[in-house]
Amino acid sequence: MQQVTKEQVYEWLSAVTDPEVPVLTVLDLGIVRNVALNGDEVTVTITPTYSGCPAMDVIGMSIRMALLSRGFKKVTIEMQLSPAWTTDWMSEEGKQKLKEYGIAPPVRTSSSGLGLFEDDVVACPRCGSEDTELVSRFGPTSCKSLYKCNNCKEPFEHFKCH
Amino acid sequence: MTNQPINKSTNQLIYALQLADNALILGHRISEWCGHGPVLEQDIAITNTALDHLGQARSFYQFAANVFNALPADQKANFFSSPVLQNKIAAGENIDEDDLAYLRDGWDFRNVLLVEQPNKDWAFTVIRSFFYDAYNFYFYTELQKSKVAELAAIAEKSLKEVTYHLRWSSEWVIRLGDGTDESHERMQEAVNERWAYTGELFQMSEADKAMLAEGMGVDLNGIKPLWEQRVAEVLQEATITMPANTWMQEGGKEGRHSEHLGYILAELQFMQRAYPNMEW
Repeated sequence: MQQVTKEQVYEWLSAVTDPEVPVLTVLDLGIVRNVALNGDEVTVTITPTYSGCPAMDVIGMSIRMALLSRGFKKVTIEMQLSPAWTTDWMSEEGKQKLKEYGIAPPVRTSSSGLGLFEDDVVACPRCGSEDTELVSRFGPTSCKSLYKCNNCKEPFEHFKCH
Repeated sequence: MTNQPINKSTNQLIYALQLADNALILGHRISEWCGHGPVLEQDIAITNTALDHLGQARSFYQFAANVFNALPADQKANFFSSPVLQNKIAAGENIDEDDLAYLRDGWDFRNVLLVEQPNKDWAFTVIRSFFYDAYNFYFYTELQKSKVAELAAIAEKSLKEVTYHLRWSSEWVIRLGDGTDESHERMQEAVNERWAYTGELFQMSEADKAMLAEGMGVDLNGIKPLWEQRVAEVLQEATITMPANTWMQEGGKEGRHSEHLGYILAELQFMQRAYPNMEW
């Protein structure tokens, strides 16, 4: 294979999406921590969003397929737990894409904790109203919570601040 | 359980199994609510926490399997008592996370008795989670300082998830305790019955003591006052009376379990025992 640069690898990775939130790429999510090239071999270090996230295996496989199809002879996926993933690593572009997709993006940095029975004010991704209420802090995937909009009456998902 | 010469590696192995087994068994118990939650949103919430526990269990089992595979052959031979695992080890094969979850017998599990107790109703389920989540929160906070980099990393990762769990279970204890007469009474009953299983959380096993001495483990006596304070605060908010100090159940960390673990393992392990290496 031709000599490739890390930048090229990152560009190829920008086509690999999250199977559960297909509007986001692995780069938008901030889960790609490192790319190491060695001739026609490459090691991609990724970090899980949540310990039990079932999408991680699929994401690892998708990265492998994407890079093998570009001519790499060997693609190694390494899993790194520390530093722990945070939504602060999500790209601004990713947050915008989420919103357009109908999922409210994370609204604050992960370091600010909430007290008991305290919820984030999350604007409705459809009508923009802040008159919304939390339905459940847990949603259809580990990374999302459930809200409903009191203005347009639509339920929506919020990508949790983590 | 067979007697083994204890060294640094076996302490790390036993320690990781204690943590993994707690996470797996509680995760399994909680997952029994899947499709049975009181409302759809809470069904989803509690099974989400089950998934986190399962993910954390996998991280610890992967670490434990690596430690085990690096042990000298004579230490590996009889470390686990189940014949199916012993045969695999005798054949020179490495073991993995699935082997540890599916092929060990009950007396090789080192989870605390609290996590294997039955779900009963929502109050019993929630208080079991609350007692455990509060413990887990302070435990992982400390484990982040472990000299074993892998354990510290798993703790750092897990703590963020446990913070959610603790919020969720604290709120439910308060909601039910400070709710109707009926919910209050049932929450108080659950607290009273589950209380006897909380002492074991802070009991130091030989592995706990050895890991602490090496700077690799957590001082359980050190986190006990923090746990007690958090529990007292939430129970007070919930208008629930904290039980008086009483005799505490113990044995899980040494492999002596209540009758409930056998039923859990029968369900959890059946497929891999009956159809080895089956995938779907």
